[in-house]
This record gives sequence, structure tokens and C-alpha cells, in this order.
Amino acid sequence: MTWLEANRSYVLDMLLQHVQIAVPAVLISIVAAVALGRLAWRWRRVGAVVLGATSLLYSVPALPLLIVIPVVLSIPLRSDLNLIIALALYGTALLAGTALDAFRSVDPRVREAAEALGHSRAGIWWKVDLPLSFPVLLSGIRVITVSTVSLVTIGALVGIQSLGNLLTDGFQRGIHAEIVTGIVLTILVAVVLDVLLVLVGALVTPWRRRTPRARSRRRADDTAAVSA
Amino acid sequence: MTITRSPHRLRRVTAGLAAAAIGALTLAACGDSDPLDNSGGDSDTIVIGSQEYYSNEIIAEAYSQALEAAGFEVEEEFKIGQREAYLPDIESGAIDLFPEYTGPLLIALDQDATAKLSDDVYAALGEALPDGLRALEQSEATDQDSYVVTRDYADQWGLATIEDLTKVTDPIVFGANSEAESRPNGPKGLKSTYGVEVSFTPIDDGGGPLTVKALKDGDIQMAIIYTGDPSIQKNDLVPLEDTKGLFLASHVVPIASDDVDDEAAAIIDEISAAMSPEDLVALNARSVDEQLSAEVIAKEWLEDEGLL
Amino acid sequence: MSLFGDALAWILDGGHWGGPTGIDTRLWQHLAVTFAAVALAAAVAIPLGVLIGHTGRGRLVVVATAGAVRAVPTLGLLTLLGLWLGIGLTAPLLALVVLAFPSLLAGAYAGVESADRGAVDAARSLGMSEWQLVLRVELPLGAAVVIGGLRAATLQVVATATLAAYLSDTGLGRYLFAGLKSRDYPQMLAGALLVAALALLLDVALAFVQRACRGPAPLAPSDAAPEAAPAKG
Repeated sequence: MTWLEANRSYVLDMLLQHVQIAVPAVLISIVAAVALGRLAWRWRRVGAVVLGATSLLYSVPALPLLIVIPVVLSIPLRSDLNLIIALALYGTALLAGTALDAFRSVDPRVREAAEALGHSRAGIWWKVDLPLSFPVLLSGIRVITVSTVSLVTIGALVGIQSLGNLLTDGFQRGIHAEIVTGIVLTILVAVVLDVLLVLVGALVTPWRRRTPRARSRRRADDTAAVSA
Repeated sequence: MTITRSPHRLRRVTAGLAAAAIGALTLAACGDSDPLDNSGGDSDTIVIGSQEYYSNEIIAEAYSQALEAAGFEVEEEFKIGQREAYLPDIESGAIDLFPEYTGPLLIALDQDATAKLSDDVYAALGEALPDGLRALEQSEATDQDSYVVTRDYADQWGLATIEDLTKVTDPIVFGANSEAESRPNGPKGLKSTYGVEVSFTPIDDGGGPLTVKALKDGDIQMAIIYTGDPSIQKNDLVPLEDTKGLFLASHVVPIASDDVDDEAAAIIDEISAAMSPEDLVALNARSVDEQLSAEVIAKEWLEDEGLL
Repeated sequence: MSLFGDALAWILDGGHWGGPTGIDTRLWQHLAVTFAAVALAAAVAIPLGVLIGHTGRGRLVVVATAGAVRAVPTLGLLTLLGLWLGIGLTAPLLALVVLAFPSLLAGAYAGVESADRGAVDAARSLGMSEWQLVLRVELPLGAAVVIGGLRAATLQVVATATLAAYLSDTGLGRYLFAGLKSRDYPQMLAGALLVAALALLLDVALAFVQRACRGPAPLAPSDAAPEAAPAKG
């Protein structure tokens, strides 16, 4: 406890820094994955190839990626942006497949009905596809949020500050309180963001609350999403 | 049924996602605003960096506090990883002042460097540094790689120098960071310089707690640990004397850009002169044992030395 | 990109093949570590997941725990395990098992849950025991989803097995760490490319198995639960 008290402002700095990297990475992942998922849904053949390639990005180990990104984009190695881009690539790799599943989960009859009511194609996308696929999408977003938050820590290995610094410094100096603080806070950030996502989900899809039918449907969305 | 009703409810999702997209772009832009990105920067401010290594951070803190007390404007960029991560920023001049170590930095800048002794290494380093950078006076304080064994092992085989390892008839497993395998002070250098045969296993924590544990467990018989590391004393480890100069001398040396003027350099030189090897080990021990922050440790040392 | 060219040249250099530190040896080591970690994790996670999926009990607790496990920083976990177990393969292997666990578990319970309830009820009314239900109905019907979890776990483990080199002389991670620390980026990138190639091979193989499992009548609309997605380490 004493270590934590003596270093409260430093820990807080690292916590903020951690969130500042994780949140943009997740948001970029969402936007990119939805776009890719949409593309794959619209053009099946091309989509399968693109999604396959995207998901393989995930197998590229993180450290080399953090070295290669700055070379390719000519940005500084030791910048938040470098880590944000790397994390966004991983997030997109994980989420794009789920996004496609999400669009496929929309009942085509609903879409047809909307068309019959005279909605434009764009209108259907914004008002039918996206909202109705949101529950499945959200379950994927929750997964990448948690894994992104955990992954931010590797930035410490290339000088990008985050809660990961508490781990490296704690190990070097043998300060257990520091290591535990790093791990616990990382998990805490993940849990808090996850809870926020659940709340956002409940807020933007109000039709999924209250009724027992909604409850069982919610459970089905959580478990079953199709992946190519 | 729901369809007629849904558009206005569903609009919330749309709004939410749009907000997320805008947020993503804004935040990403914020993440980019690393003050180091604009290399060079404000020339009135001295940007001081430090490794992700508590001992290095204490020295950087000392530089920072002394300069600030003398009226210089300083900016701290501490704990910025290992050499491979920050070296580009030093080379580009994005960081103005950095506590380094003569031997390892020389090897990082020039793989084929042959200098071994303290003054030769310092001179070679001066030449290897890119334009716009200079090495200020090196300190007497050293923090260098050394081969260590446990006390029991040293007693068992009667070891005091690296050369004594030839007396060992059991196989020797040597553990160190992965790069040590190909470095001149790795297994090949041991063979050619001292005629000692060892097998290698990587332990990538830079002579940290995992390495110490492996030594004590007997998983490895010999490891590379920094001489400044208090764990040598604490665990009663024995550094083997390097009689033939396998390891490069490794003194603490401030690397400075042109933004560090003569007046500032004089202040840093005073710090380097005041710091003895024993001081450095003691400072490190305070960090590990008393778990104090680098800021506090540096401040108290500067005050003790009458530099603040 | 000359960096990629250099990395490819590094891989194609005959001198880097053969012997105890050659690419072929490292590839096999990497594969062996991956297989061992996934197999160990599967031995626990799949039966547990099947149990949860079949009984529907403990789902919330297990899902929450698996989620939290995902958030544990792998390098931190590895170092803690190393301090406890010493150097060698045990600590990295255990860290990889922990990594693989959530995906395998989620795949298993989602697979069993996804089995068509009508088919399960029909089988039950035919007098099948609970064991028979699981083995003959739920698992075959949900196999594609279970394999989906396995696929995700494998992808994740093969990428993260590079960490084995942090504490032992094993696997393709050796090229990564050695290359990174000595700023020999072609070597580092070569290691990364080899890992990615291995991952691609394994993924294609498992996709093939998964397709075969889906069988003639895809009762389940899904072949992977989003929770089965891997956690990167």
C-alpha cells in the first residue's frame, strides 16, 4: 500500500495514458471492422479474401509490428500513434469477421419490408442493418476492448508508456506492490470499459430490454454469430 | 409492426456509432501529439531522457534537478524503453540529454568497435556519435556487464576470475539476454579469449530477477548481471574478474545535443565527477530496498553532495 | 520495402537452415510448443465448456472469469510464472495455456448450446442418457463451433509462443528477441514472417476441418462465437 500511496500521481498518469491509447485503438477498430464487414457482406467473394487476410494480421507478433509500422508510415517508433495503429490492426483483425456475422444476423425479411416501405439503400443501412446487427457487433466489440486494454502493456517494451511500465519497473526493482498494481489496474480498466459498453448497448437498443423474449434473444446473440 | 416504429429508435444507434467514429479520429489525433515528434523542438528547453531502468532514471533525475535549480528549462522524457527504442530519438536530436553507458552505447553505434579499456572506449564513442551529439565527461561510476556465479559455485570450483572457469569440469550453462549469444562477450568470446566452453540459454530480463532465480536454482551456472545491480550483494553472487578485457568498460556518460550549452554541460560534468561507483550501487539499492522514487533518491544525493 | 526484402533474403539464406539453431529446428519447436499448449488447455477447457453448455449452469461466472483472464497482460503473467517456476519451458507453456483457455471454453459451450434444441429434445425423448446426448447429438451438431474456438486459440497461441524464447532456447521467438535487441531488423522480421506463415498453415488446416465438421445439414447457423475470439498476448 505504501508504494501505491507514494506513487499515486505516477500511477494515475500511467492509467490515463493507458486509457488514452486503448480507447482510440478500439474506436478505430470498430470503424474499420464495420466497413470491412460491410464490404464482405455486400461482395461475398472479395469479402472472404479480404477478411481472411485481415484475420491473419492477428498472427503477426506485436514487437515486430511495432518496429515495422514506423518504418512503413514514417512515424516515430516511440509514439502513442504507433501503438494505437498496431492495436487497431489487431482489433480490426478480430472484429471484422464478427461484423460480417452481425450483418448476416439481420433477418432479410426485415430488410425487404423496409425496402417496400420506400427506404433508400443508404437509409436501410443506417436505420435497419446497423441497428439490428448491433447486438452481435457489440459482443465482438466487448472482446476486442478487453484484449486491447491488456495488449497496451507491451508498449512498455518499446518505450511507449502505459500501465505496462509498472510491470517492467516492478520486476526490475522487485517491488511486488507495483506489479500487482499494474495487473489489477489493467484488468480494472478492461472491466470498466466492458461495463460501459454493456450500458451503451442497453441504451442504444432499448427494444432488447424488459421482455423475456428479448432476454432469450440477447443470449442467442451473445453466443451465436456466424463467421466465414 | 416494429418496422414502422424502429427508425426513430434505431437512430440512436446511428448517432452512437457516428459519435464513436468522430471520437476515434479525435482521440487518435490527440495520441499523435507526442512532444517528441517535432524533433529538435524549442531550443530553450533541454529534453532529458532516461531508459526504462530505475538506475538510469535516478541519474537522469539528478541531471534534471540540477539543471532546473540552475535556471534551465527542462523537460523529462523518462522510462522510454531500452536502447533500441530510444536511440533513434537521440540520434535525431529529439532528446537533448541522456545518461548512457560508454561500452554498450559504443557497441550499439558501431558493432565492430574494438576498444576495450575505459579511455579508448570513451574516445571511440566520441567518434562514433553522429554529428550534433557529443559525450560529456564520463563518470567514474560504472554499470557494466559482468559474469557472475553463485558463492557456492565459486567456492566449489575455486573461482575468482573468468579464466578460472577452465578448472570447471562440469558443463556450464550460461544465461543472458538473447543478443549476448552473438556478441563478442558471449560464448564465442569466452572460447576465443579464455578457452572456456559454455552452452547458452536466453533469459531476456536483462540480468533481472528471473536471471537471479535461474542462478540460485542451478538452472544456469553463470549469468551476465550489471555490476551496479544491488542483487549481486543481496544474493551473495560473485562477479568473476575479467582479466583479459572481454567486456568493454562501461562508465556512466551523458550524451548531449547542441541544445546543451557550455554552462549546462559544466553542471552535468560536476554530477559525473561527484558520482563514484559505490554511490551508484548505493543509489540503486535505495531504489530497490526502500522503494523510493527516482526523484527523491536523486534529490537527496544531490543535496548530500552539495550540488543542489 | 527493402526491409521486407532483407527479411525474405534472411529466410532464404541456406546458412540459416539446419543445425540446432536453424529455421527448420525452430519451426518444429514452435509447432511443438503451440500444440502442447493448445492440447493442455483443450483438455480442461473443452470438457468444462461442454458441461456448462449442456447444463446451462455457471455460464455467467465462467464467461466473466474468462473475460477477466483475457485482460491479464501476458508478459506480466509470464514473468510472475517464471519467478515461481524458474526458467525453461514450463512457465511459458503455462502462460500460453492460460491464453488459449477463454477461446476454447467459449467455443465449447457455445457449440453445445448452439445444437438445435429440437434435435436434443427428440434425442432425449428417445431415451438417450445425458452422456449420449452430449456425445451423439450436441457435440456433433456443435462441432464446427467447437473447432472455431480451437482455431481461434491456435492462432493466438502460435503468435504468442514467441514468448517461449523469453525464458528458454525455444521457437521462432528466438529470432524476434535476438533481432530486436541487436537492432538486426531483417532477422526480427524474418522471425515474424515465419510465425505468420506457420499461423496461416495451421489456420487453413483447421478451417478445412471446420468445414468438414459443418457437415451436410448445418443446423447451427453459426460456427464461431464472438467470445471464442482469441486474446492476444
